[in-house]
Amino acid sequence: MIRPWLGIVIIAIVLMILPFFTDALFGRGWVRIIDFAMLYIMLALGLNIVVGYAGLLDLGYIAFFAVGAYCYALLNSPQLGLHLPFWIVLPLGALLACIFGVLLGAPTLRLRGDYLAIVTLGFGEIIRIFLNNLNAPINITNGPQGISMIDPIHIGEISLNKTYEIFGLVFSPVHLHYYLFLGFTLLVIVISLRLQDSRIGRAWVALREDEIAAKAMGISAAKIKLLAFAMGATFGGLAGGLFAGFQGFVSPESFSLTESITVLCMVVLGGMGNIRGVLLGGMLLVALPEALRHGSGPAQQLLFGKTLVDPESLRMLLFGLTLIIVMLWKPAGLWPSNQRKSELTANTGTIARAQQDS
Amino acid sequence: MDTLLQQIINGYVQGSVYAMVALGYTMVYGILGLINFAHGEIVMVGAMVALSVVQLLINSGLPPQLVLLFSLIISVSVCMSLGYSIERIAYRPLRKAPRLAPLITAIGVSIVLQNLAMIIWGREYLAFPPILPNNSHRFFGAIITEVQILIVLVALIMMGGLLLLVHQTRLGCAMRAVAENPTAAILMGVNTNKVIAITFMLGSGLAAVAGLMISARYGIVHYYMGSILGLKAFTAAVLGGIGNMRGAMMGGLLLGLIESLGAGYIGDLSGGFLGSHYQDVFAFFVLISVLIFRPSGLFGGRIAERA
Amino acid sequence: MYPSLKHDTSLLELSGITKQFGGVSALCEVSLHIRHGEIYGLIGPNGAGKTTLFNILTGLYQADRGQFTFNNIKYNGNSKPHVLARAGIARTFQNIRLFSNMTILENVMVGRHLRTHSGVWGALTRNATARSEEKATIEYACSLLSYVGINRPYQTLAKNLSYGEQRRLEIARALATEPKILALDEPVAGMNATETANLKELLQTIRAKGITILLIEHDVKFILNLCDRLAVLNHGKKIAEGQPEAIRCNPEVIEAYLGVDPVPPSRCI
Repeated sequence: MIRPWLGIVIIAIVLMILPFFTDALFGRGWVRIIDFAMLYIMLALGLNIVVGYAGLLDLGYIAFFAVGAYCYALLNSPQLGLHLPFWIVLPLGALLACIFGVLLGAPTLRLRGDYLAIVTLGFGEIIRIFLNNLNAPINITNGPQGISMIDPIHIGEISLNKTYEIFGLVFSPVHLHYYLFLGFTLLVIVISLRLQDSRIGRAWVALREDEIAAKAMGISAAKIKLLAFAMGATFGGLAGGLFAGFQGFVSPESFSLTESITVLCMVVLGGMGNIRGVLLGGMLLVALPEALRHGSGPAQQLLFGKTLVDPESLRMLLFGLTLIIVMLWKPAGLWPSNQRKSELTANTGTIARAQQDS
Repeated sequence: MDTLLQQIINGYVQGSVYAMVALGYTMVYGILGLINFAHGEIVMVGAMVALSVVQLLINSGLPPQLVLLFSLIISVSVCMSLGYSIERIAYRPLRKAPRLAPLITAIGVSIVLQNLAMIIWGREYLAFPPILPNNSHRFFGAIITEVQILIVLVALIMMGGLLLLVHQTRLGCAMRAVAENPTAAILMGVNTNKVIAITFMLGSGLAAVAGLMISARYGIVHYYMGSILGLKAFTAAVLGGIGNMRGAMMGGLLLGLIESLGAGYIGDLSGGFLGSHYQDVFAFFVLISVLIFRPSGLFGGRIAERA
Repeated sequence: MYPSLKHDTSLLELSGITKQFGGVSALCEVSLHIRHGEIYGLIGPNGAGKTTLFNILTGLYQADRGQFTFNNIKYNGNSKPHVLARAGIARTFQNIRLFSNMTILENVMVGRHLRTHSGVWGALTRNATARSEEKATIEYACSLLSYVGINRPYQTLAKNLSYGEQRRLEIARALATEPKILALDEPVAGMNATETANLKELLQTIRAKGITILLIEHDVKFILNLCDRLAVLNHGKKIAEGQPEAIRCNPEVIEAYLGVDPVPPSRCI
């Protein structure tokens, strides 16, 4: 009975010291990358609810990230002259994204599979185009230039944009954001886990597996699908708010179709429907391009003595190749959810334990 | 009145290109149920290869018609072998895999092709030499260029040929059989792998022609041109009812017209609030409205809910 | 027979149900009358419209005309599936439709969906109500699995069950919705003699619990032995209705099944 606790304690310690460790070993830039990885993980977990659990292919998911980010930016910058507190703006952004999720989800309920994909893609593009063009006749979003000088996140008296020193440890802004994002990521993971093992989670998976049978079992497909869109969008909005506060600047180009596709790749590559898989996919797809960015130039120098190919192109080329190779190697993703179940199949006593626990 | 006619002509020409590319999406979807996300990049490769051939031969003293013909042949063959290889490497091993796996490899292929093109041809906009006659004619007050006429004619011939192929030949019969029921088709002795490979090659060939046409029209080629065009063509295919060839053709033409008219009149329609940069919003809005009332597209069959 | 059951009162009454696909008339003015607690069979040649009738009854298709009364409530043939499921109509499918990548326990738990209430809030907080409901759901599902005779680890994926077990799991899932009527679409198709006999026994115990059973079947011997009454559909029309003995010798039924002329009128199916 000690062992699981030991594991959790070790993981907790590792997570607590990770930014200092990374800072010392690889430099502060990598702490920033970890911060971004956590934002992407939140996004991927949100999309996992829509695609992984409910089986609804959403290609415009980044729109909810955009809604959260612009909500934060507008209410916390000189753009409209508003400066509202973090704990009001962040939930507001998540709520607004949730409303958008329902609004965009509602007309698509009758659509299947790939028709849904193109409509969600269309919605994503529509939102991006509006963000790009709503600087005239009234300037709301400041168009392609985006909104800058967004207030940094304040929690109580602490501004996350300042450096603090406690007991000789230096907490720079990236460190502070790390802990905040870690908290939210853990929250999102817990919510995902709890939803997965609930009446709602089962209804989502049932709809994904066989919509007709699910309906015949009394599941109201429309309501349950909207719920999936709403939950997924809420996570997106949350991540968006954090992104705006962290970055201090938002512009429409952060919310392109490519971003939606990147998040989808994290979900599918890691293992749809399995939270551990999605975490893995998120971390890999953030770390890989960064590693390639730093590695592809020097590697060429080393091999050929000069830079033959533009490192940026080479980086994306290798990224694309990785996607292909991983999917060919593991079509169900690196850590698929079925594996978890077949592991459990061997263990008949699981349910008895689950019953005792609950 | 003449601007309306002009918008219709422009839209029809653009729509012909969309239709040619949309056919590639719809044929693959009809047979494999797969969105071939890399299809737009094949158009781009077709344009790039054609450009290179033209650049190579333009000063060789050959008549421009012959240069064009060579570039067409080479770019079509390159794209066909590219389409074949993509299917063989990235899609065939995943035929029995979960539905989203081939979608991700398709995205991977698309990223690879785009960046490969950027490495080979650079990231700048490249000028496509004006080898096609580009005289313009007045037509009831509107202007139509010879390139535009050529695009429309080529598209009509290609699409007519394709319809004949699919509905009148043995190969077409096999293609329709595989689309209807792959397992039954195998049992009836149809070589499914061959049929699927040929489908990819046909679609890629069409994409190459479309790539050449569009670069000849605008005189510009760019490594990123495939993504946007692909997205539009995919939209067109869905609008018409994906999997349905006539639907893709009509969807392409319709999307071209919607965009063109949208760009011309969206300002008037919205009382000056929305400018012409909202033309994509307008196109997507029409698509979404169509799908809400006809969930399987304009020409798609009713999805039978079999229980 | 079963004196305790209310054989006289009607549970489900269909009147004038009509459904066309394109120009083909799948169902034409079909009226049936099913009583509380009986096992009611629906037979007929392929394409007679039996499954179409099931689909209308469970809300997957909309009827063009006609209506039905179920448990004293009138439905006009275009109600949503979940409404009808809630009213107490549960079904299985001709070509088994399980949630194949879910465990057998989860499959049955999904059947409890409409009799439970936890929402997102309950799932997130895991409050006392949600926990006890989840526990009750698990217990209910476990007991149903053993009731239909599936003795496998609960974490087995549905797709890994044998064919006969999958049919039983579908029945367990349908029973989890606490139906008043259980509509079974060819439950013994593809089963061997032992499996068929076991299933017959199971259906009789289900009926003994007071659940009415509506049954489509091609196995004529099975259905004549099991059913209290049955109806025969042919080309979308009801051509006979009554007790098995009467149906066996009905000339129109024999014609539908065996063809016209050379059959002497004394033969029975």
